[in-house]
Amino acid sequence: MTRRKRRLVLIASALAALGLALGLVLLALRDNIVFFYGPSELAQKTLHEGQRLRIGGLVKQGSLVREGESTMRFAVTDTKQEVEVTYSGVLPDLFREGQGVVAEGTLGKDKIFHADSILAKHDERYMPREVADALKKQGLWREGAEAASIGK
Amino acid sequence: MIVETGHYALVLALALALVNSILPVWGSIARDRRLMAVAPPVALMGFGLVAYAYVALTTAHVVSDFSLVNVVENSHSAKPLIYKITGVWGNHEGSMLLWVLVLSLFAAAVALFSRSMPQDLRANVLAVQSWIAAAFLLFILLTSNPFARLAEAPAEGNDLNPLLQDPGLAIHPPLLYLGYVGLSITYSFAAAALISGRIDAVFARFVRPWTLIAWISLTLGIAMGSYWAYYTLGWGGFWFWDPVENASLMPWLAATALLHCTAVMEKREALKIWTIFLSILAFSLSLVGTFLVRSGVLTSVHAFASDPTRGVFILLILVIFIGGSFALFALRAGGLKQGGLFAPVSREGALVLNNLLLTTCCATVFIGTLYPLALEAVTGEKISVGAPFFNLTFVPLFIPLFILMPFGQLLPWKRGDLAGVAQRLTVAFGAGLIFMALLAAWRGGPAVSVILSGVALYVLAGSFVDLGRRLFGGDISASIVSQRVRCLPRHAFGTAFAHAGLGVTLLGLAATGWGAEKIISLKPGERVEIGPYELTFESVVPGNGPNYSELVGRTVIGAKGAVVATIEPATRFYPARGMNRSEAGIATLGFGQVYMSIADVAANGVVNARIFWKPLVSLIWIGALVMAFGGCLSLSDRSFRVGIARRARKAQVPSPQPAE
Repeated sequence: MTRRKRRLVLIASALAALGLALGLVLLALRDNIVFFYGPSELAQKTLHEGQRLRIGGLVKQGSLVREGESTMRFAVTDTKQEVEVTYSGVLPDLFREGQGVVAEGTLGKDKIFHADSILAKHDERYMPREVADALKKQGLWREGAEAASIGK
Repeated sequence: MIVETGHYALVLALALALVNSILPVWGSIARDRRLMAVAPPVALMGFGLVAYAYVALTTAHVVSDFSLVNVVENSHSAKPLIYKITGVWGNHEGSMLLWVLVLSLFAAAVALFSRSMPQDLRANVLAVQSWIAAAFLLFILLTSNPFARLAEAPAEGNDLNPLLQDPGLAIHPPLLYLGYVGLSITYSFAAAALISGRIDAVFARFVRPWTLIAWISLTLGIAMGSYWAYYTLGWGGFWFWDPVENASLMPWLAATALLHCTAVMEKREALKIWTIFLSILAFSLSLVGTFLVRSGVLTSVHAFASDPTRGVFILLILVIFIGGSFALFALRAGGLKQGGLFAPVSREGALVLNNLLLTTCCATVFIGTLYPLALEAVTGEKISVGAPFFNLTFVPLFIPLFILMPFGQLLPWKRGDLAGVAQRLTVAFGAGLIFMALLAAWRGGPAVSVILSGVALYVLAGSFVDLGRRLFGGDISASIVSQRVRCLPRHAFGTAFAHAGLGVTLLGLAATGWGAEKIISLKPGERVEIGPYELTFESVVPGNGPNYSELVGRTVIGAKGAVVATIEPATRFYPARGMNRSEAGIATLGFGQVYMSIADVAANGVVNARIFWKPLVSLIWIGALVMAFGGCLSLSDRSFRVGIARRARKAQVPSPQPAE
């Protein structure tokens, strides 16, 4: 095999691998990314049915209701709009009323958000960044509630 | 007082780093041996000073000196001693100091152990290492001073984030940094080789042990971090494709590729340009990781924009070092002569394919990690790219790698025979297929798990085919085999174990498909079945730790009526930060684990529990240990020794191998 032919094989295999990767990435980006909305944004968006998304905001004071064994219902608010959320499972340690939360799931026809995972992460000083941004937009951001760095 | 001297030591270290940035390079250009000879002692002194500063900061933490901002924000007098020591790197400033400590540790190691290297190469390596050290020391002193004082010292500190008060944190960051920052040595070698224009097999020989050391630490560090997340976050997951995790995975992928291609460069003088490129890339990805984790860009693109000093500073370091090295690379790479020829089907060809797949894997992780940040910065749309993305991109690229791995081990250099190799792998293929069939018949369950388990067993068996042939091939007796074990180079064992470790990890990953999960609320005395076990939740017992109070949910695990283990999942309350943290109760039964975390303890003793049965899950981390063990075996090989050339020269008479 000549040097030139060898190089061609190399380049062709490199391009094939890159092409495959690019194809996979594009495919994955089309279907597997999850958008994040605050309650106000959510009210304006039209979503196709079953679209997965994340919503975030503050858990409304006094809105947490337990329905049955481990199902609960609460409202997520950005103080202008709010969304009803239902969730079955164990809530994270840092889930509190009045604190920031991010929920992932789908919005039902009844405008109730069916969450299958709830994120409230790491630290009481840590606010999910989407929530922090949404609160900043509303002018509700308190300095000092800044995220704590985690030594990971 | 010791705090001020620590601060002063850092300033001195910066001055020394600046000296070492210039004099050795100047010496190598002017061919002045005296100037080049400056580099090693200065590197050692630099390490001494940074180590002193580090000890000073640790002392301040240990004695709870609350006149230091850093101590106030991250410590508490009631915190156990071990967490006072490990808490030093549990925060931004201390962790950057550890970063620089590891950086100067590696420089000192080169100064001590690489005496056999050509003097100009060593001088330039240490100079490049000093550039990086100078940049990061400047970063610490200007934006993240760990020694900043408070005018009025409070009586008590804010305590360390409870999630970080864990033995896992004691081991994870230093190991990760040894790997992450250890790659700076390969970067310095590449840059020095480009500067002096000497890129040959000797370069590859010197770079290999350092890459291997970094790779071993990185492997262990990532595994440790994953186990820590597994048992502290209480979600039962071990890998979240979180940007912080990806930041350590990317350098690992690049380092793995580098490890394999230095083999080609050393043995065959081929792939020189590519080796240099990967050396630069691996550390560049470490820098990108440092930027992601330390700049605050992950918390919020906007927070980054509103307090830009730290982020922009690291970004600047990033641009200068990555841009500069690639510019140098572009200037010099054209002049490199390609080395040995090889056919596509050969050991070299297989290693090229390995590199292609690893670097494309790395690229997909890179895109998945940075695309959301870029999109948010440009359009303001927020998205999250999680497991589904990576399952669809990373996994399909990694599977061919598993299939090809045993082939690569068996193919000879230069030109190989694919059919012949496939024939020798029949045993491995057979083992994998039979395992698959048995699993499908006996366990059933998700097809993906069955197939991946088969692949895992094939990798495991395939890893040892070559070794088996070399040890047990032909006419054998016990004495012949034991002689062969002694004569065979250790790196042959190392390769086999490292590859087998990957198979073990894959088996652990595949088995997650057979796991079971239950989220229920439990009354005291209630029983629940999970997998093959039956759990009896006995009661909630309050307890007290040194700086927390806890509620422990005693639970007994039984199988077929007999008690096999007791677990004590707990929720802990840390008053200093007013924070809760759950401590999962884990029982390792065989290679599987029963995992239970509790929350929402009600007054009548009812808890909400999350219970998992995770068969073979411990194999995920055991596999990483096996990989690292393989790496250590290779490292102990004669040809991998850092100072091998020197020793060979000294010891003309064959001497017994010194133990290491």
